[in-house]
Amino acid sequence: MTIALRRRQVVEILLRKRKDLLVVAGLGSTAWDITAAGDSPLSFPLWGAMGNAAMIGLGLALAQPARRVLVVTGDGEMLMGLGSLATIGVQQPRNLSVVVIDNERYGETGMQATHTASGVDLAKVAHACGFGSARQVREAAELGALRAAIHGAPGPHFAQVKVVAEKLPLVLPPREGGLLKTRFRRALLGAGADLA
Amino acid sequence: MRRKESPWPDRVYKTLKAAGVRQVGYVPDAGHKRLIELCLADRELDAVVLSTEEEGIGLAAGAWLGGVRGALLMQSSGVGNCINALGMTRECRFPLLMLITMRGQFGEFNPWQVPMGQATPGVLSAMGVVVHEANAADEIAPTVDAAARLAFGSCQAVAVLIAQGVIGIKSFQEQASR
Repeated sequence: MTIALRRRQVVEILLRKRKDLLVVAGLGSTAWDITAAGDSPLSFPLWGAMGNAAMIGLGLALAQPARRVLVVTGDGEMLMGLGSLATIGVQQPRNLSVVVIDNERYGETGMQATHTASGVDLAKVAHACGFGSARQVREAAELGALRAAIHGAPGPHFAQVKVVAEKLPLVLPPREGGLLKTRFRRALLGAGADLA
Repeated sequence: MRRKESPWPDRVYKTLKAAGVRQVGYVPDAGHKRLIELCLADRELDAVVLSTEEEGIGLAAGAWLGGVRGALLMQSSGVGNCINALGMTRECRFPLLMLITMRGQFGEFNPWQVPMGQATPGVLSAMGVVVHEANAADEIAPTVDAAARLAFGSCQAVAVLIAQGVIGIKSFQEQASR
């Protein structure tokens, strides 16, 4: 089946009018994707800790049950933390969505094929782990419903979005971890966050 | 007559509550059995069973981003799984409170536990984690209290190593019967 979706457009659509949405992005391309869509203090782009993006999302979703939380990560990053799908499945956080931007490649290291290129179906894994809402997305027409789920419907949601494998210009977020943490907490919790 | 003190896990549980901890990630462990049960029974706590220890590093980071204090319960054999994730903890200066029951240390009966147990303080220190050792039951709760203050007051990663002698499991048979 041909793949036509472009990752930057997918992420831009999912984050359009994001309002109060809290976003965690896996290292590499998905961190650049969310930054290309517009950097925000309520984004936490990772530069390391590969395999941990979904768990950071879970900790945040449990801490902030009244807010919607979106984890955007790549297929390689998700494959490294498959166990976290089981951990999230146990907790059933209604406000958490995990979206895998799946280009079937390790994009930062030379575009080597990931397991999904050989047919590993992350949506089925997520479904088997207890995500009642788990889908594979290949068509632009499906993105509206996915965006609506992320922003409002009871989750946890999982989507594996098949995208074209392409090299795109880097759009880098701030790098310093302490800065990313502090700006996020101030934006979410107010100035008192520094004294908590 | 001296009043009998509650068991150390009950005192540690009270210490965690007093420190404002509201999320507890754990990997099942015989030494932490009682403390895990107390956390699971507490409706004000999110007790999160993990499939591997490094998940708990991310969980605690996400909790702190959301304004909540977390703690992580594990055995020393899981410390090695956390090393790369601890790089994030250090770079972001996330507070982290790890309560680690030791194996491979005092009278160990399983030789496969010895290498990681013996390396535990060293590898944690190498990743910038402050290591506090608690070598007697009475020391554990006060040590956890100090570790929580250091972690959340000073934005540090702190591990409390609970000595194998305190846990007191001396054979496979005993471990299986707990």
